[in-house]
Amino acid sequence: MGLLGAGTLLAAGGLRVYAGRPSHAHVAVVGGGFGGATAAKYLKILKPDLDVTLIEPNRRYYTCPFTNLYLGGLRDFESLGHDYRELQEDYGVRVVPDFAEDVDVDGRRLKLAEGSEIAWDRLILSPGIDFRWGALEGYDEAAAEKAPHAWKAGPQTHLLRRQLEEMEDGGTFVLVAPENPFRCPPGPYERVSLIAHYLKRNKPRSKVLLLDSKDNFSKQGLFMEGWEEHYGEMVEWVGLSNDGRVIRVDPDRLEVETEFGTIHRASVLNVVPPQKAGLIAHRAGVTDESGWVPVDPNTFQSRKAPGVYVIGDATEAAPMPKSGFVANNHGKVTAAAVVADLEERAVPKPTWANTCYSVIAPEWGITVANVYEVHDGELREVPGSGGVSPSGAPADFRRNEARYAEAWYAAISQDVWGTRPPG
Amino acid sequence: MVVVPVLLWSGDASEPVDENAVGAERAEAVARTCAACHGTKGGFETDIPSLAGKPEAVLEAQLLAFKRDEMPGATVMPRLTRGYEDDELRAVARYFASLEAN
Ligand SMILES: Cc1cc2nc3c(=O)[nH]c(=O)nc-3n(C[C@H](O)[C@H](O)[C@H](O)COP(=O)(O)OP(=O)(O)OC[C@H]3O[C@@H](n4cnc5c(N)ncnc54)[C@H](O)[C@@H]3O)c2cc1C
Repeated sequence: MGLLGAGTLLAAGGLRVYAGRPSHAHVAVVGGGFGGATAAKYLKILKPDLDVTLIEPNRRYYTCPFTNLYLGGLRDFESLGHDYRELQEDYGVRVVPDFAEDVDVDGRRLKLAEGSEIAWDRLILSPGIDFRWGALEGYDEAAAEKAPHAWKAGPQTHLLRRQLEEMEDGGTFVLVAPENPFRCPPGPYERVSLIAHYLKRNKPRSKVLLLDSKDNFSKQGLFMEGWEEHYGEMVEWVGLSNDGRVIRVDPDRLEVETEFGTIHRASVLNVVPPQKAGLIAHRAGVTDESGWVPVDPNTFQSRKAPGVYVIGDATEAAPMPKSGFVANNHGKVTAAAVVADLEERAVPKPTWANTCYSVIAPEWGITVANVYEVHDGELREVPGSGGVSPSGAPADFRRNEARYAEAWYAAISQDVWGTRPPG
Repeated sequence: MVVVPVLLWSGDASEPVDENAVGAERAEAVARTCAACHGTKGGFETDIPSLAGKPEAVLEAQLLAFKRDEMPGATVMPRLTRGYEDDELRAVARYFASLEAN
């Protein structure tokens, strides 16, 4: 029986179907990232007699948060890896290391790549993002081997780091940033900050150029202030109105072409491509023409498939950003909604928050924080709450926010995966 | 476990209950949000303090002082606490105080 372990295994024409224990409701969760791992853990906290199965192909999950610190030489990559032992051993989540290939919504089955199936009473999908390969001309999977995105943590992150190490002093690092919506709105700006930090120390004649398809971005004033303070002329940002929108990538020549025909040549080229919800959301039929998943704001149940809930980056949840913090909060709210639904209780009033830390330089952090609610059937920021760090704040304020960024990383990792050292 | 059927699942938009009094369920829902920085059940100590088992009066006074911008040098907490009613903050203080210190 191997990985699936005890439980009800229905033999259907030689197919293994895992259905949880009889007379216990079974919730399947796809994706062991910020959203899915949190949902699985909190389902067990809220209702310990529930059967919860988490499907995630990777035995170790590496976070995107803090990969920018790794790229800047400020963090060891292994410190960004987390596994599922604590969820399994302390919380009783069944973890299946496999990839979910398809969803049968009416039959309430999940088909796994290795051939087995999972029968569920409720399904939560937290698959994160996929890239819209080719939507930006010239940028496909093969191009990413030369001009990395590094927008999922793993080999791409290492490739970008290696290219930075091999870059000559006096070279140009170019980052191409997409239109909204995309994973981690402040991410591209934090990335150029910390790559500038690395270059300033190691290759001080180099340049950092950010070509942007937008005129406005997250924490813009604070990033600009930080770049001025720490990197001066080294960092240049070109927005949409100044011909910043890239329309074509040539991965062999490491060149990009903008809307009005300017060609920029890079020494190292980092393209953050246009995005959509992860594959399984499309297979489940819960996405709309935008490529993302519309949901009921109170529960994050799919608007298209009853019994299927979708959380995290894959969803249309504006004004909430696509952040790990938000995905973690989605996991908790949706776990509570699923438990209420199974117990035939009224759905509790939801509440979510977000805090996105960005590190511009060592000891120099900034934040945006918000609280969200449902009002007249729509998600919104709670009036009067939230905002960004003050501009012109003294150095000790920035130092505290950088310290709290590290503390936040440790705490949210504990809340999602736990604190077991790598086994 | 006591199961009180109040509203049956109706397939589409489920209407949430809006309680006036801040009950334990609401307090815990808000408190779960805090866990992203303070650890599960507020019990993880880093440069950001653990909250579990701290005196209720202290937690309540601090949360309300954050909300009223009376905590010099505070970073994100004033912006976050302004997203909640005073009674919700009091209920959250009571909840964390009721937990065992780590
Ligand atoms: C450079 C960068 C920096 C960032 N910094 C921050 C930050 O400082 N703070 C912050 O809050 N957020 C940050 N983020 C954003 C954060 O990474 C995402 O918002 C978060 O990962 C979203 O969580 P998720 O659960 O939706 O998806 P993910 O965390 O991507 O998890 C999805 C998981 O699902 C699995 N999966 C996908 N499809 C299947 C399938 N079919 N079957 C089984 N498993 C599947 C994947 O393997 C993956 O493990 C950053 C992102 C980037 C790129």
